[in-house]
Amino acid sequence: MELNLVVITVAVVALFLAGVALMRSPTTALWGNRIKILAMAAALVFALVEGELWTSLEAWLLLALGAALGLILAWQVKMVQMPQAVALFNALGGGASALVALVLMLMEEGIPTEIKITMLLTVMVGALTFFGSSLAAIKLRGQVLISLIPRLPGVKVNLIILILGLVAGAAGVISPPLLTYLAPLAVILVVVYGVFTVLAVGGADMPIIISLLNSFSGAAAALCGLSLQSPLLAGTGAVVGVAGFLLTRSMCAAMNRSLPAVLAGFAGSVTGEKALDKESVPGEEIPEEEGSLEERACMALQQSRRVVIVPGYGMALAQAQGAVKELVETLESKGKEVKMGIHPVAGRMPGHMNVLLAEVGVPYEKLYDLEAINPEFPQADLAIVIGACDVVNPAANTAEGTPIYGMPVLDVEKAGRVIICNKDEAPGYSGVENPLYKQNKAITWWGDASETVKQLKELLQESGFTS
Amino acid sequence: MVEILVILAVLLVAALLAYRFIFQVPSLLHTPLMSAMNALSGIAVVGALFLLAEDPGGGYRFLTGVAVVLATVNVVGGFGVTEKMLRMFRREDTEENSEKGERLPWS
Repeated sequence: MELNLVVITVAVVALFLAGVALMRSPTTALWGNRIKILAMAAALVFALVEGELWTSLEAWLLLALGAALGLILAWQVKMVQMPQAVALFNALGGGASALVALVLMLMEEGIPTEIKITMLLTVMVGALTFFGSSLAAIKLRGQVLISLIPRLPGVKVNLIILILGLVAGAAGVISPPLLTYLAPLAVILVVVYGVFTVLAVGGADMPIIISLLNSFSGAAAALCGLSLQSPLLAGTGAVVGVAGFLLTRSMCAAMNRSLPAVLAGFAGSVTGEKALDKESVPGEEIPEEEGSLEERACMALQQSRRVVIVPGYGMALAQAQGAVKELVETLESKGKEVKMGIHPVAGRMPGHMNVLLAEVGVPYEKLYDLEAINPEFPQADLAIVIGACDVVNPAANTAEGTPIYGMPVLDVEKAGRVIICNKDEAPGYSGVENPLYKQNKAITWWGDASETVKQLKELLQESGFTS
Repeated sequence: MVEILVILAVLLVAALLAYRFIFQVPSLLHTPLMSAMNALSGIAVVGALFLLAEDPGGGYRFLTGVAVVLATVNVVGGFGVTEKMLRMFRREDTEENSEKGERLPWS
């Protein structure tokens, strides 16, 4: 192995890692991104010089085309569309790795068996990422066509397809004459598995599947590196694979799912039929209040000093981010202390809710994650839930046997009062009823959050009272 | 043999360090983290350029070209959206902040 390849690999991978390390704080994260861009540019220059492509018009045109498309996409994408954009980019990365390994496999003669196995694996993982991620992107955009694709009868069928694919690949490697037929079969079966797994996943489980496919795109790049004998690709792919894996794990924990079950295509099969024990509704220490909805809401807003706002994906669906930001500002202008509690799966991908709120200009110091905000609820006078149900459902702590039992939730029921601005009283994605709605301390205001939150703000403005 | 050991060593060390650093990224920045990692998986562009340098013929050349374009879209788009998002994260408007401006990582 040439020395300069080793040197450039170590330098580029080290810079990528430094870039990741700088993402530990929002103040340094931009520099982290720029360091990664620099390292990637260095890797590209190295590839062009090593391959003597400096003077190749073809290479420059291809790179320019890709860069132009990438810039247009990045320019156009809105924050609410970020999950599908990331899914699309995942697909492209996985697809590129698969194509490189495929061409290598077909073009070169007399490849040693272990390298051939690696190439076949690269094609399988890359193709799975490409098709799975493309489908996830289409699904996130909400295309109706998706509902026309038939679903598999059960999880087992999906797993059998995966195992058949792996067996076909293994058999092809053991008996090389058959590889010509078995390799495409293996790839097709794995792709079918990926497609049905993504199809089975419900909207709220999307954060898990996107993280997982992110991890796969890294694995595909790492395998591609092993196929090409390139430590640069192997090291970089490993970083991405690990990042995706850790995010997948934290999403699974936040959604109360096990990773093997998600991999088996289990993610979407939630049955939330179990009725809750309605007698044991906690938090009845305050008596039922008199008065109209507006009066009670106005009273709650005026009397509270410490307020925690909990936004959910319903807020994004109602496009109420702007209204929420104005509510925050109005509350603060009345001398109240406002914090926002963000559940890990409040959006459609990890950290999505933070991005949506940052977009409308909510300072990030106000955004608290689950561990940071939960101890605050007992001291809070008021919690305002906006478009969130499962992530604030106290049944997760108490109702054994329901799909959300054991899932970490935001303890809004511990706040003095709770105003709930959800669309309606229907249960969330899990199908488990939310006992919070029935409590005396809860002021439920059903309707379009972009309207109801605005009304809340106006109520507070008109009251003219400063605490 | 030595080559594959070097590659595996790089892979392992990178994975271990990544594991350590990614734990420190707050959930606040998980979306930009993911889109940046996304851009990194476009490193396959280096592999695709390597193939292109081998001067493949006919259909192989076409597939290689497609790989170069896909991976470049991935890299540029991924870094682009990350930059776009990170610029939006702002601190509370206090006078102190606006004087200091954007903090440098070493300050």
